[in-house]
Amino acid sequence: MIENLDLNLIDWSRAQFALTAIYHWLFVPLTLGLSFIVAIMETIYVKTGDEEWKRITRFWMTLFGINFAIGVATGIILEFEFGTNWSNYSWFVGDIFGAPLAIEGILAFFLESTFVAVMFFGWNKVSKRFHLLSSWLVAVGANLSALWILVANSWMQNPVGMVFNPETARNEMTDFWSVLFNEVAVVKFLHTISSGFLLASMFVLGISAYYLLRKREDLLAVRSIRISAIFGLLSTLVVAYTGDGSARVIAKVQPVKFAAMESLYDGTDNAGLIAVGILKESDRSIGEKKVNDFVFRIKIPGMLSVLTGGSRDTFVPGISDLVTGNPGRNILSVAEKMEKGKVARDALTDFKNSKKNNQADKAAEISGMFRDKKFIDSYFRYFGYAFLAKPEDVIPNIKASFYSFHIMVMLGFYFILVFVLALWYLFRGTLAKNRWFLWVALCSILLPYVAGELGWVLAEMGRQPWIIQDLMPLSAAVSRIGTGSVITTFILFAVLFTGLLIAEISIMIRQIKIGPKH
Amino acid sequence: MNSPGSLLNRLFRFYYDGFRTMSWWGKKVWIIILIKLFVIFVILKLIFFQDFPGKKSRETGKSEYVLDQLINPK
Repeated sequence: MIENLDLNLIDWSRAQFALTAIYHWLFVPLTLGLSFIVAIMETIYVKTGDEEWKRITRFWMTLFGINFAIGVATGIILEFEFGTNWSNYSWFVGDIFGAPLAIEGILAFFLESTFVAVMFFGWNKVSKRFHLLSSWLVAVGANLSALWILVANSWMQNPVGMVFNPETARNEMTDFWSVLFNEVAVVKFLHTISSGFLLASMFVLGISAYYLLRKREDLLAVRSIRISAIFGLLSTLVVAYTGDGSARVIAKVQPVKFAAMESLYDGTDNAGLIAVGILKESDRSIGEKKVNDFVFRIKIPGMLSVLTGGSRDTFVPGISDLVTGNPGRNILSVAEKMEKGKVARDALTDFKNSKKNNQADKAAEISGMFRDKKFIDSYFRYFGYAFLAKPEDVIPNIKASFYSFHIMVMLGFYFILVFVLALWYLFRGTLAKNRWFLWVALCSILLPYVAGELGWVLAEMGRQPWIIQDLMPLSAAVSRIGTGSVITTFILFAVLFTGLLIAEISIMIRQIKIGPKH
Repeated sequence: MNSPGSLLNRLFRFYYDGFRTMSWWGKKVWIIILIKLFVIFVILKLIFFQDFPGKKSRETGKSEYVLDQLINPK
């Protein structure tokens, strides 16, 4: 199928979705984290009654407001794209995708948008405690929004809690709690929101460092650094912990992505973890796809096995094992999965023919098969493989997966170092004297954005060719619409989002230069 | 206890005063929000992003169309 389809259409639809998601993610994490930092600062103000804390809170709240206002509704475009560019997918996922998004819209969005008004208009109009409660509810609401979006995304990575109904050609949710507490969703939610906290902490740290470099707003800067460094350090540790958990879950439910992250082709026990490495194409290939080799690498022996399964004896399958199969380790080959997927698809064809020929009993029997656990486990779970042309189509872009993962991890260690140094200099009272560090902190503001985007690159590119893991490849999900219209909207989005980003940065820089009200 | 009318009045005053005394950046971001919403919901949604299987369903029905796509990939 993949050869027959206009690859340009898939590529442009993917590029458009990637562009929208990447831009959207420039606004979201700062909202997630800064809302909590503002709430913490306001709590200190309410507890101490110190007017300086109120001034500090209001200053960071202003920057939160600018980011919140410019970023709001940018995610809606992603939903438009699902409906138009990925209409087969949108129909196939049914209410499983719709329900979390609807909950997000109704519950979380209204919660945060209602109380945002109190946050900004309510100073001196509502009681201190009600205002504080509003700030906390905005923070909780923003993060709850993220929860539902991530639940929907996690289902795409690990589809659970549903059955496929051939009558409607849709998946139907059978277990809401399985969808909500999907093991991918739990770690992804914690990992994502804590990365937002980290990003916001670095933002506050960097801007406070700017004030110290300019020798102004000393008290605001020092107090803000104290909050952001502690919050940032704790968040980074949570990011590291949940990142480890996330990798374990990926190893279990998306083993090809996991092998791609480490560029591991040949499975082994006592597998080493690549700390640093540079890839090059080798002469070897799997089918038509070239295998990557290392120009250079630093490997920690046995660590990958330990991190994956708790001991050095844990076998970690490589890409070759997963594509060509490994009977000794009970790993099916992709070719076998393609055959199983075709059985499920043939059943669907029989169902359609039975309906067409008014054979209601046969149609009902086939429909029942799609609810039968044995049929689901043996055949339907491989439904997406029926669309593949060659076994090696399941191999994602190895270089993109490997580098995005390793750069993200390296940045994580760098963030820990920056927050520890900030606390060290702060408690020694030498922060303002170490101007080199203030410059480092200022220049580091952009790095958590890079790490966050790389995380999404890994999550989404690493699972290719699937839009829904094992059930639907991109080629089956894309709408047969004109490539020209996708290109037009791609350009429109690029202009719109770039305009929004320029507006955000210019308004923010102006407000930072003005500083807090005295 | 406040009557519903007085509550509505207070709510109106709350937003009215809030918007009236808005800072320079507040006014600016509201203009940006309105332009953005116009572009997203009028230009993009109405012109470029229509319900694709919805259009097809006029002839066949959404489920039949998607089922066909799943069975006969082109």
